[in-house]
Amino acid sequence: MDGDHTLATHAEKPATRRDFLYVATGAVAAVGGAAVAWPLINQLNPDASTLALATIEFNLSGIEEGQSVTITWRGLPVFVRNRTQAEIDEAKAVPLSELKDPETDEERTKPGHEQWLVMIANCTHLGCVPVGESGDFDGWFCPCHGSHYDTAGRIRRGPAPLNLVVPPYEFLSDTLIQIG
Amino acid sequence: MSEHSTYKPANGVEKWIDDRLPIIRFSKEHLMDFPTPKNLNYWWTFGAILAMCLGIQIVTGIILAMHYTPNVAMAFDSVEHIRRNVNGGRVIQAVHAVGASMFFAAVYIHIFRGLYFGSYKAPREILWIIGVFIFILMMATAFMGYVLPWGQMSFWGATVITNIFSAIPIVGDPILQLLRGGFAVDNPTLNRFFSLHYLLPFVIAALVVLHIWALHVPGNNNPIGVEVKSSRDTVPFHPYYTMKDAFAMVVFLIPFAWFVFFAPDILGHPDNYIQANSQVTPTHIVPEWYLLPFYTILRAIDFNVLFIDSKLGGVIAMGGALLILLVLPWLDRSPVRSGNFRPMFRWFYWLFVLNFIVLTYLGAQPAEGIYVLVAKFCVAYYFLYFIVILPVLSRIEVPKPLPASISESVLGKAHA
Amino acid sequence: MIKKKTIIAVLALAGALFAGPAFAQEEEAGGHGAVHIDKQSWTFAGIFGTYDEHQLQRGFQVFREVCANCHGARLMAFRNLSEPGGPGFSEEQVKALAAEYQIADDTVDGGMRPGIPADRWPSPFASDQEARDANGGAIPPDFSVLAKARGVTDAFPFWAFNYFTGYQEGGVDYIRALLVGYHDEPPEGFELPAGRFYNDYFPGHAISMAPPLFDGAVDYVEAEGEAAVPETVDQYARDVSAFMMWMAEPHLVSRKETGFRVLLFLVVFAGLMWATKTRIWKGIEH
Repeated sequence: MDGDHTLATHAEKPATRRDFLYVATGAVAAVGGAAVAWPLINQLNPDASTLALATIEFNLSGIEEGQSVTITWRGLPVFVRNRTQAEIDEAKAVPLSELKDPETDEERTKPGHEQWLVMIANCTHLGCVPVGESGDFDGWFCPCHGSHYDTAGRIRRGPAPLNLVVPPYEFLSDTLIQIG
Repeated sequence: MSEHSTYKPANGVEKWIDDRLPIIRFSKEHLMDFPTPKNLNYWWTFGAILAMCLGIQIVTGIILAMHYTPNVAMAFDSVEHIRRNVNGGRVIQAVHAVGASMFFAAVYIHIFRGLYFGSYKAPREILWIIGVFIFILMMATAFMGYVLPWGQMSFWGATVITNIFSAIPIVGDPILQLLRGGFAVDNPTLNRFFSLHYLLPFVIAALVVLHIWALHVPGNNNPIGVEVKSSRDTVPFHPYYTMKDAFAMVVFLIPFAWFVFFAPDILGHPDNYIQANSQVTPTHIVPEWYLLPFYTILRAIDFNVLFIDSKLGGVIAMGGALLILLVLPWLDRSPVRSGNFRPMFRWFYWLFVLNFIVLTYLGAQPAEGIYVLVAKFCVAYYFLYFIVILPVLSRIEVPKPLPASISESVLGKAHA
Repeated sequence: MIKKKTIIAVLALAGALFAGPAFAQEEEAGGHGAVHIDKQSWTFAGIFGTYDEHQLQRGFQVFREVCANCHGARLMAFRNLSEPGGPGFSEEQVKALAAEYQIADDTVDGGMRPGIPADRWPSPFASDQEARDANGGAIPPDFSVLAKARGVTDAFPFWAFNYFTGYQEGGVDYIRALLVGYHDEPPEGFELPAGRFYNDYFPGHAISMAPPLFDGAVDYVEAEGEAAVPETVDQYARDVSAFMMWMAEPHLVSRKETGFRVLLFLVVFAGLMWATKTRIWKGIEH
């Protein structure tokens, strides 16, 4: 009665209906698998408490001219420097042709707020934190591998390939910036 | 087993692989062509359901471990962090917590199916024994997992259960300190429980491989308990049982999802939402429901037996209740496997099931008054079933006539 | 014969599956098991339940103006108040609210700074010891998950139904009852220790918390288009209980929404699997 167990016994059944059922079941299973897989992967993404700190506000009013502070943004150190007029002039005087990673001082600051320099404080070489007000160009010097940055945080000498990175930020008022 | 093999390497590459690591051949023999009795009922789908449960627990557990902090100061808050902040964390955590209950629900069904259909009898003793070890490891894993959220029930459950070891004469206290890594349950305990809770599921997975290996030597038992006689009695595992098992898994996921999404905390205890506090004990310490029958057995021994005091007696009884399963194949000597053909056995079996449910109920009740007395009767029946009833039934019971084969049985059913 | 046995087996196993956890649950309420607590109708109860935004906003007002003077909520961040499925405050409102609070921060001068939405709700006391000293030896429990850390006991066999109705509101039922359960004088013959207050629903009846609410204690800010809400102890108790449930289970709404999709999928998939399995087994006697 049931000597043959292979699917071939069902061959006399309408093939299209059978195929449709199998394909539909398989498709629904695939959709279900994908729907389960996504949350299992997505849980690796930054969680809500991390994302809540992705954008921070920082009040500049406590920083005197010639001072800089290091704050934390997205787990990274960020330099905020209130530059002196001499530093600004020095940065503006450098011709682009002398730069390894050509960028004007204006491109690295916000119009009307040229004294403020906001940069991620990791050397673009291998990530050390450079030392401020030092180096051959009066800016920053990275002691790890000897990269020199100028007063606009641009790379001038040493192994680092790029200028110190300016994070996305904007002025909410004259003394309040929002980073991120 | 190789006699079932119909595998012919389809091309040169497969042949090259087959000569070196015959993994395709192995998969085909064991996952696809494996001859399986064609009369298995839905109780037999719980093996596959359990494999799925283990997979779910391991996957969700690895994820939770990515966000959890095994430190007494932070454990409680880190579990809440998972629920509140991690993407999809509320559901992933609930799947793991509800999953433990569903896992045990399935394993109890699986065990009671084996008890009814005599699946522990020759030649499947080793298969059964491996299963008992898996069950014991599951309980240990679940217990340590319940400690990790570091709520009040976590802490006091850990305190009470580790204290079991202090009942051992002479070496009890040193063992207790060794287990806890201190004089009381504290940060070292939490840390090592986390480590072991992560490790043991992989040990379980290894035992599951052995369990399936031991299954594939004699092949499946079946509802009539008559061994496979010819290929007419079997169907290949795939697609017949892959699809039947898959259907059962999906159905099993429906109540699972109900709890996860609509009542994720109903299987837990509200006290575990209170952070652990070594100064205050909850009014009633209640283990998770799946440990209750054994908890009742532990508590039921409140009297000394000869030189064994009640505390040690309780521990021996609880351990014995599990270990006696290991020798079950030699206690039940009836040549008939399936309870369907054992008229007397059936009564005692269902009484045993009822008794087990009552043991579960009693575990959640305070140890006072009538509950203590009933617990003693239930514990007595639990042991009598194995030590006296099954051996005696083997001798006196007259089984019903068995069908000659599975084919005859299913044909008879079809014509009835 | 086979059918009857199967039915018995199914019933027995279903009994074991549902009764086991139920037995464990039955003890949940601990010491106050003997006191009957009236179940309330909550908008977030049942499988279709969702939070009432206005109620959560009112409850937050009660929490902030009354409870938060003594009780912390260390797991709730300000930002949660504007997240979907919650009280529905705007991000600007939350930002302004957070700025009203001083947050301990070792990285700034003076160790304190105004709060931002990412901050957690500040605790009213710096340490447990300080909390104990200020409250006659009792620490006011943290509110973060308190609504899930309490429960009510249902008599046999009614707890069994909870597994099918998904009843999860024992905590709020208890909290609401507690808040309206105060008496000025203990019943005759009851020895009330000094510094304690008589409450019908607190285990042992002698609670350290003075009655926190009185009629008119909080002047509700009514949302636009919202009907006037009575400013009574009963209403405050309901609102703050609902708020505490949200605080303990902020993702309840999205969890249930996902649940419907998952259950629908599983039912459809189970149907297809059944059809596939049946089709494959057709012609096999088994």
